[in-house]
Amino acid sequence: MTDFQGRKIYKGKAEGVALVTAVDISFYGGVDPETGEVVEKDHPLEGKSVAGKVLVMPSGKGSTVGSYVLYALKKADKAPLAIINRETDPVIAVGSIISEIPTVDNIEIEKIKSGQRVEVDADLGIVSIHE
Amino acid sequence: MGLKLTDEEKEMLEGKHGKATQKAIEIITTLGEIYGAGRLIPVTSVQIAGVSYHNLGEAGLEYLSEMAVDGRARVLTTLNPAGMDMLEWKKHGISEDFAENQQRVVDAFEKMGVVTTCTCTPYLIGNLPHYGEHIAWAESSAVCFSNSVIGARTNREGGPSALASSLTGRTAEYGFHLEKNRQAQVGYEIRAKLQNTDDFGLLGKAIGDRTSKQIPYITGVAHATTDQLRSFCASIATYGGVALFHMEGITPNRTAVPDITESVTDDDLDKARSELDDEAAEIDFISVGCPHASIGDVARIAEMLDGKQVSEGKTVWITTAKPTKDVAIKMGYYDKIEKAGAYLVSDACCAVAPLEGRFKGLMTDSAKACFYARGKNKFDIKIRTVEECIKEALS
Repeated sequence: MTDFQGRKIYKGKAEGVALVTAVDISFYGGVDPETGEVVEKDHPLEGKSVAGKVLVMPSGKGSTVGSYVLYALKKADKAPLAIINRETDPVIAVGSIISEIPTVDNIEIEKIKSGQRVEVDADLGIVSIHE
Repeated sequence: MGLKLTDEEKEMLEGKHGKATQKAIEIITTLGEIYGAGRLIPVTSVQIAGVSYHNLGEAGLEYLSEMAVDGRARVLTTLNPAGMDMLEWKKHGISEDFAENQQRVVDAFEKMGVVTTCTCTPYLIGNLPHYGEHIAWAESSAVCFSNSVIGARTNREGGPSALASSLTGRTAEYGFHLEKNRQAQVGYEIRAKLQNTDDFGLLGKAIGDRTSKQIPYITGVAHATTDQLRSFCASIATYGGVALFHMEGITPNRTAVPDITESVTDDDLDKARSELDDEAAEIDFISVGCPHASIGDVARIAEMLDGKQVSEGKTVWITTAKPTKDVAIKMGYYDKIEKAGAYLVSDACCAVAPLEGRFKGLMTDSAKACFYARGKNKFDIKIRTVEECIKEALS
């Protein structure tokens, strides 16, 4: 098991399968608020769903309405279990708080691979990968 | 953690001031921690974006309704445009369904004690901070205007963070609240001729396309009206993400002058104009008032339309704030505009109303409106002076 020490953005604990991208995500316009599917054209995750995953990306981008899309996903039971960033932007941070999604940043995200089981303890800012 | 909280702020965080306030202070303190703020500071004015149901959707509305259970505005708070004129929506072709949902959004804000004026120019209708005042505003054009033209201090807030400031009366002290982050970074000498409001919009695009969020120091603009600066702010914020600029002899902030200066010429404005000009555009929609038209704008347009008739197949929206519309009704401007077959639309604008599929081509004097018409509504566009826009409407 490998541990990474990061910074708490929003509290909580979660464990699940990682969905990793090296490209920032815009939730407004980029993710379907009802299904969790990434719909941004030519995004590496296009067609994949963030629902029930530990979502790993460098940061967020785009309109601040994106925070409400995370909230919509949570209400539809399609939100990510947790979010891990290199550097969380305000759109994601606010989205995580209002939707109560455990979120950690300051993590070397390139060391996490899609499909790995990941444990997030946002209270302590710790991300653990089960090899 | 470097963020120090007062006793009252700690109580908010512990939930002693209710659930909505607790959520709100969590947002404020988290942003403060991300950006390394040392403390929270009081704000005296808030402007909230994310009001159109078209952008918010059911989830956004649900969040607002939840916050409205026990959340109450602590400082003067106004709203960005909604997706429709809150009274005359029916004649503008808005559906019953949309109107009902939009009303629910505005009701939720009203329950929180927010002044539901729905305009992107709060400073024209009574939400006017003074120089140096700390505020929390969303709406990129108003942020840019308040920071630059007024000299108040705000970061570019989003809808939820602005609401959070309203419910707590606080923001975190980072970014544009600090003097050291308000210094000019790149100079622009304007050698282009600036005559009409649309020229200022084009100038905003020409500089915005180049700055990549740096703070410009602009020289060579001899004079500018408030209406022209409004248009400039909207454009430079839309195309460059600029939240603060300095304009020599016109804006009040103090700054060191950057060493590097680029020039902006007539060619640059022409290039900006040609980029906002789809040659094949078939104009069936004319909209003026992005940002919302001032009473001076409305008076001028009413004169142009007086006794004339908008030609068949064309729709004209002059968008403005409700208080401005009320004055226009009293002054007879409204009648002149509406008798000509144009609409004086309050509370809404062509960027946030549900208009996709209704029109083919938009003519406007606003570079910002062009951006959203193209990106969101898939309209062809042409940018022209207000006079040319009205002429097109009548032809």
